[in-house]
Amino acid sequence: MKQEFNIIANNIEKGTRVLDVGCGDGVLIEYLKKEKNIDVRGLEISKDKVQKCISKGLTVIEGNAEIDLKQFPNNSFDYVVLSQTLQAFINPELVIKELLRVGKRAIVTIPNFGFWKIRLHLLIKGTMPVTKTLPDEWYNTPNLHMCTIKDFVKFSNKINFKIFKSIAMNEKKTSLINNKNLFTKNLFSELGIFLIEK
Amino acid sequence: MDKLKTLLVKKPLELDCGKIIKDFPIAYETYGKLNEKKDNAILVFHALTGDQFVTGINPITKKDGWWSFAVGPGKAIDTNKFFIICANVIGGCMGSYGPSYKDSNTNKVLGINFPIITINDMVNAQYNLLEFFKIEKLFSVVGGSMGGMQVLQFASNFPDRVKTVIPIACTSSHSAQNIAFNELGRQAITADNNWNNGDYYTKNINPNKGLAVARMAAHITYLSKKGLQEKFGRKLQERDNLKFGFDADFQIESYLRYQGSVFVDRFDANSYLYITRAMDYFDLTKQFDGNLSKAFLNTKAKFFVISFTSDWLYPTQENKEIVIALNSIGADVGFVEINSDKGHDSFLLDVPDFLNALKNFLEKSNN
Repeated sequence: MKQEFNIIANNIEKGTRVLDVGCGDGVLIEYLKKEKNIDVRGLEISKDKVQKCISKGLTVIEGNAEIDLKQFPNNSFDYVVLSQTLQAFINPELVIKELLRVGKRAIVTIPNFGFWKIRLHLLIKGTMPVTKTLPDEWYNTPNLHMCTIKDFVKFSNKINFKIFKSIAMNEKKTSLINNKNLFTKNLFSELGIFLIEK
Repeated sequence: MDKLKTLLVKKPLELDCGKIIKDFPIAYETYGKLNEKKDNAILVFHALTGDQFVTGINPITKKDGWWSFAVGPGKAIDTNKFFIICANVIGGCMGSYGPSYKDSNTNKVLGINFPIITINDMVNAQYNLLEFFKIEKLFSVVGGSMGGMQVLQFASNFPDRVKTVIPIACTSSHSAQNIAFNELGRQAITADNNWNNGDYYTKNINPNKGLAVARMAAHITYLSKKGLQEKFGRKLQERDNLKFGFDADFQIESYLRYQGSVFVDRFDANSYLYITRAMDYFDLTKQFDGNLSKAFLNTKAKFFVISFTSDWLYPTQENKEIVIALNSIGADVGFVEINSDKGHDSFLLDVPDFLNALKNFLEKSNN
């Protein structure tokens, strides 16, 4: 399992109820279920991936987060996980609000567009950055709203949710982000992992 | 009809219409073996024109059972692992208590003296099979279309008696469009002079024309426009040119006529009236004061809802409403919409994505 999922899993207590939005093949769900005895549901837009989840015995609903989160009642999960998909939504603001309505807390991860390699790519090559974490070309990327770690922090102030823990990840190394190191973490991290609440 | 296994239900059953029935037969069939713990039983519910002969050769029609693609050794519903029970619904015409049942006291066929039945009545009648087989908890209830409605009703009526629940291509509340199509079928039957107000059994002249038209109209609703176009297009039937008449020039016409004609050999017109009525009356949401979630409040079962992209009779949205109702009470529910051009009939056909999903769900729930 990838390091990002390890970090997410480490931040979820045993015996909680979790919704994994955009759960893909269900790798995280499987881990949380097995290792932490967590009651996890998945929401996934791709039929093929839903089928894979079913073949693993996971409870997954085919659906689009921008439409189908509506069906879950307020606070029906302890955590809602959204891994590297916020940037792909038409309306990320609405999705964040929905995550925090459905879940008491949410764990949101974002590919950091402020990472130095990305900045350098654009600066030197003058073309849209293509990296390991962002492998698509500008014309076929599903990512509509790329942002940086710093953008996300600003976003939290703007639409009024609380980040109670933020973790920077680069390769496999992780570190906590705070106000003092925000500039460097934004420059040297590939991924930002945010634990948020209302 | 001596090939039919029948359970005579002695216990009185109060129907939704208020009438009480007792000493009535439920015809059923089983496949596979019930294990010692009696925890591997699956109750399959059939659709409008189905019967208890789910798979293998139907001994009455000599054709493949209606769910042969899905049920059998090694198939999605694996008869090597599971014990499959399927009963003919009450109101049906394959040995269960229905309008063609002959009352032994009066020695008369009931015809339209048969009471109006509902999906709830069908399910309550079949529940007797659990007691007959001494099954405390079914491993699963599964069915498509009207079978799916029975699945939902069963899960609502008997939440403690089932572990997994699989409603396929169905609805929690029959739509106006579906009622309209059913009414068309009923009107076709009752407009046939041979119907004779439901009393045709003694004369041995059946309202075959009406029933065939009902079947033809319904059959169109089971297919998709794209599926029809691909299979038939404007292809002509055993002729090179149009004949400028009302014969079946087109293959689609010939196909529908054939579907109508074979149907009347195996189905009773009055059963068609009664069962379509039961479907129209089905409104689980209304049974629970307009809140479908309440139908499942006590459930601990694992649900898996399946719909098909090209099914316009029981469209994905209606299936999703079931999912939404279950989610809103935190029930364990999975959902997938299967890609298929085969319309509502997809659940009966060889649609690998569907059959795989069904197989995987059942097997992974069997731990």
